[in-house]
Amino acid sequence: MTDNIKLIGKDGLRLDGRKADELRPIKIQAGVLDNADGSAYLEWGNNKVLVAVYGPREAQPKYLQNPAKAIVQVTYNMAAFSSDERVRPGPNRRATEISKITAEALENVILTNQFPRASIDVYIEVIEADAGTRCAGLTAASVAVADAGIPMMNMVSSCAAGKIDGQIVLDLGKKEDNFGQADLPIGLVARTGEIVLLQMDGHLTQDEFKTALKMAMEACKHIHGLQQEALRSRYAVNFADMDDGEAEQ
Amino acid sequence: MKRTIIPEIKKEMIYKLAQRDCREDDRSPVESRPLTYEINTIGTAEGSARVKLGKTDVLVGVKLQPGEPYPDKPNQGVLMTGCELKPMAHPGFESGAPSEESIEIARVVDRGIRESKMIDMEKLCIEPGKKIWMVFLDIQVINYDGNMFDAATIASVLALHNAIVPASRFDLGDDFPVPVACWPLTTTFIKLHDLLLVDPTLNEELSADLRFTVSIDDNGDFRAMQKGLKGSLTYDDVIRALDIAQKLTLGMRSRLIKGE
Repeated sequence: MTDNIKLIGKDGLRLDGRKADELRPIKIQAGVLDNADGSAYLEWGNNKVLVAVYGPREAQPKYLQNPAKAIVQVTYNMAAFSSDERVRPGPNRRATEISKITAEALENVILTNQFPRASIDVYIEVIEADAGTRCAGLTAASVAVADAGIPMMNMVSSCAAGKIDGQIVLDLGKKEDNFGQADLPIGLVARTGEIVLLQMDGHLTQDEFKTALKMAMEACKHIHGLQQEALRSRYAVNFADMDDGEAEQ
Repeated sequence: MKRTIIPEIKKEMIYKLAQRDCREDDRSPVESRPLTYEINTIGTAEGSARVKLGKTDVLVGVKLQPGEPYPDKPNQGVLMTGCELKPMAHPGFESGAPSEESIEIARVVDRGIRESKMIDMEKLCIEPGKKIWMVFLDIQVINYDGNMFDAATIASVLALHNAIVPASRFDLGDDFPVPVACWPLTTTFIKLHDLLLVDPTLNEELSADLRFTVSIDDNGDFRAMQKGLKGSLTYDDVIRALDIAQKLTLGMRSRLIKGE
């Protein structure tokens, strides 16, 4: 039955009308929560993700503390109502894995050595899921860490490429993810070209992999622009709007 | 709320303000914070509502699945309410198994809805004794500034009123709205020494000796009550609180029914 589902139409367009290398619409907002030190809200297609960041604060329990640097702890969670089938609340193996690789990706860019014994805690809540939530979570988490004012070298941008109907496409949607042949999520430091997250499942030839990776990296660069824009619109000050007294200060 | 403390000087300020019928956010003691809400923002949920009561921000999603009935109620659907207080909403909340606090919130919200007979459970029976609809009500707090009880109840009631039974997804016929009848709403008070305040902020909650929640149905009748924290209420306190709660829930209900 799965073979009968056509994911790419005769016109070369996908189920939702996208071209092969087209992203779903992305909207990022920084600083959306009052109690968190930093936060971000991201919509990516129908994905809706909220991220809260606390820290650097004393790592608890104490045995977790690293005397040389801060630890980065990520909790990725899908809300019970975020998917067609209800998700049982609490951690599961999938969430644990995503939390771990997201933390490892962020550790690359955060200047953890400035905060010995501290912890930087990132809470990713997926409130609506539509495939690609780990990419959405990591992208939003980078913005939230920056929003918290935590020193970092760069932001991480994340996006997936994959294969459907034998063709390499960018940013799989839910049906494409379920019935496609491969998924390749990556996290990229756009300014340096470092890949800090890389996973793959499915089946790709070497050429297909190269095409997919390049496509995902290009998309990450575009997403990096959106992340910068989110921070800019939260924090940019227009000096023209200030009266003279304020501008001189 | 582990490790969450409030400075004594702030506690004192809140009490002194209350003695003059004032609040830290310029409300009267019997006035709720401004309410805004959005309905069905979550496409994957059968019904959802996001409610902001002042700065407290709560998201409730309804999911329905076929399941087995309880043996003692073979022809009735089942309601299951859960609440998660996540670190996202406040640094005093911790990840992991539900805390006592979150279990209490879920159970109080559940009681108001269950006892008011808001959901017609018999209409959620698919095959008596074998198959019924299970209604999952999941409460998630996004930003915490006190009074989860009222915010979560409003969000739950709104989400249920706008929820659809996804029968076609399970090959059980056509979709239909979740059979709901009324609008059970709660009012929560705190007591500071001898004074009562409705819809407490977090600072007020942390200063409180006692918390009291009452759930009221469309006729102004009481369907559930819950006293929390270690303090005590006098008879007069209770009567006065119920009187205030009836007025407040009446206004809130007509507003919600009108869709304002």
